[in-house]
Amino acid sequence: MATTEAIGRKKLLEVEDLRTYFDVEGRTAKAVDGVDFFMYENEVLGLVGESGSGKSVTALSIMRLIPNPPGWIERGAVRFRGKDLMRLTYDEMREIRGKDISMIFQEPMTALNPVFSIGFQLTEALQHHKAMSKRQACERAIEMLELVGIPDAARRLWSYPHEFSGGMRQRVMIAMALSLTPHLLIADEPTTALDVTIQAQILELMLDLKQKTGDTAILLITHDLAVVAESCERVAVMYGGKIQEVAPVERLFARPAHPYTRGLLTSLPRPDRERQARLQTIPGIVPSILDFPAGCKFWTRCPVKEAVCETVEPELVEVEPSHWCRCHLVQPTATPGGRSK
Amino acid sequence: MSGVSGKSQGNILDVQDLKIHYPVHAGVFLRKVGEVKAVDGVSFSVKAGETLGLVGESGCGKTTVGKGIMRLINVTSGRVDFTTKAGKTVDLVPLDRGGMRPLRSEIQMIYQDPFSSLNPRWSVGDIISEPLDVHMPGLSAGERADKVAWLLEKVGLRGEQAHRYPHEFSGGQRQRVGIARALATAPRLVLADEPVSALDVSIQAQVINLMQDLQEEFGLSYIFIAHGLSVVEHISHRIAVMYLGNLVEIGPAREVYAEPIHPYTRALISAVPLPDPSLKRPDRQRLQGEVPSPLAKPSGCPFRTRCPQAIASCAEQTPPLVEVSPSRFVACLVVAGAGG
Repeated sequence: MATTEAIGRKKLLEVEDLRTYFDVEGRTAKAVDGVDFFMYENEVLGLVGESGSGKSVTALSIMRLIPNPPGWIERGAVRFRGKDLMRLTYDEMREIRGKDISMIFQEPMTALNPVFSIGFQLTEALQHHKAMSKRQACERAIEMLELVGIPDAARRLWSYPHEFSGGMRQRVMIAMALSLTPHLLIADEPTTALDVTIQAQILELMLDLKQKTGDTAILLITHDLAVVAESCERVAVMYGGKIQEVAPVERLFARPAHPYTRGLLTSLPRPDRERQARLQTIPGIVPSILDFPAGCKFWTRCPVKEAVCETVEPELVEVEPSHWCRCHLVQPTATPGGRSK
Repeated sequence: MSGVSGKSQGNILDVQDLKIHYPVHAGVFLRKVGEVKAVDGVSFSVKAGETLGLVGESGCGKTTVGKGIMRLINVTSGRVDFTTKAGKTVDLVPLDRGGMRPLRSEIQMIYQDPFSSLNPRWSVGDIISEPLDVHMPGLSAGERADKVAWLLEKVGLRGEQAHRYPHEFSGGQRQRVGIARALATAPRLVLADEPVSALDVSIQAQVINLMQDLQEEFGLSYIFIAHGLSVVEHISHRIAVMYLGNLVEIGPAREVYAEPIHPYTRALISAVPLPDPSLKRPDRQRLQGEVPSPLAKPSGCPFRTRCPQAIASCAEQTPPLVEVSPSRFVACLVVAGAGG
């Protein structure tokens, strides 16, 4: 999908026409239905969307962690450092997970094994992927725990997940995810279950560690546009299993092009601005994943839809350099960027 | 501290020095080994037609305050004076189940999770009419059906949807059903515990607007319990901030948000992310550490262990809420000079 590129930035990840479907009682739920985006090396990209938009399924598809049955990757390419992950064998993919791409989840308790100490879980990966001795792995694990701000790390190494608070567990997850210095960290709602002061600590920690540990790019999946505004360089907005808009953060928040993005931004309460008597809303409900309409996925809720929107799905078009939008009513400005593909 | 909660005309609810302590049992004989002071002397009032936002992080006791007012749990001490439609003021704390029952029609609750708070085996009509059966047993079947249809329309659903079951509705629609159920008995006060936290962004705004419309139409008072400060600031007239079982600050929503006084409120508000990347916030304060366990609550001011401005005397006494400027109350020895 790329045309104009920031000069000198190499692409780390390119997702092309990814489609992941699920069998739901005999019907096919197209959770991810043609997703295209790319990530530069070392960047923080926000992937935002509401529940059912397909953002988490996109992440699990990249990791090839879609449970089958009921799900399967129908088609698509995920090029990561030149390799198409969709074509790797099970064992090749296993080597990539953790070492090159790692993932943290919303609820760290589901990702940590409750019957092993965190020290065991941290050193296991180091010994496997980095061929470290037990002693080296322990030293590295303590170093990582100190880095993520676990007090008294050497002693806490042999504590079990239940002995940590929610915020501390998420720190342990981050330590684990970054201990192998992956090229890509996928963080799926990493702060959603946390209190706001802890959320601020964790986000700052992730960005801070990214600086310290080198060239890790972060794909931050969230429903919270405010979190994106504060931590990402670019944003991709998903709705109905498709990317609807991609832009650098400043541009997306200042000049959103897609009616859905505009609706999302105006529906947020803004305590820092003049008080509005009423919030603006996006009418209707997010359709069930089985009932998205033909044509543009958003037309049933769109305030500016036209007849063509009901039948023809718009393409993701570069409307100005580095700014893509999937909407019939948003035309490219006259720039050399032109249409994508 | 009169004024925070003191008898005044137009108050629908006066909470005074509310304490809710839980015993902690341990050992073979389950002897009492300690106490969790979930709510430890909280006072506030709610005026008729007002929304009071109750905010704080998990474990601060905000939900427990709500349950205590509803008398869904036992209250250790304190007063909860509620003024009924008939103009009578009743202390809810000494009431037993039977004594509470007639008052329940006037105080209703909306819950966070629109999935678990509706019985999946009941039609939406049954769910909404259950409180009517309890509080208005004289209604005929026809009257009841009319009332259910009217309520559904009030919350933005259609009357004929009364025959459908909860699973046929989306999260936002289910929350509307929960609101219709709360309104069925024409309450004066509605406690909403995280009513929009589980909803998608585009749906949150719809439900907030609905709650405001209903407040205007029926003159409802809300206690809006939530951790999302942006939402609370938008819907509330006043905000009360809780930390580890105590109120640390209370005042008009806009003022508290724009110029927080208590160090905890300041840190809390500065941690709220804003959807605007052009805002650079160099003044941002970061709280270190986490909320202590309520079992090991610090002596004196509960916030002193994380407070950047704590002084020695903070450990000695729990600061009372004092009025630092008209209608603004803060419990802090340092910034409000309370007690000192």
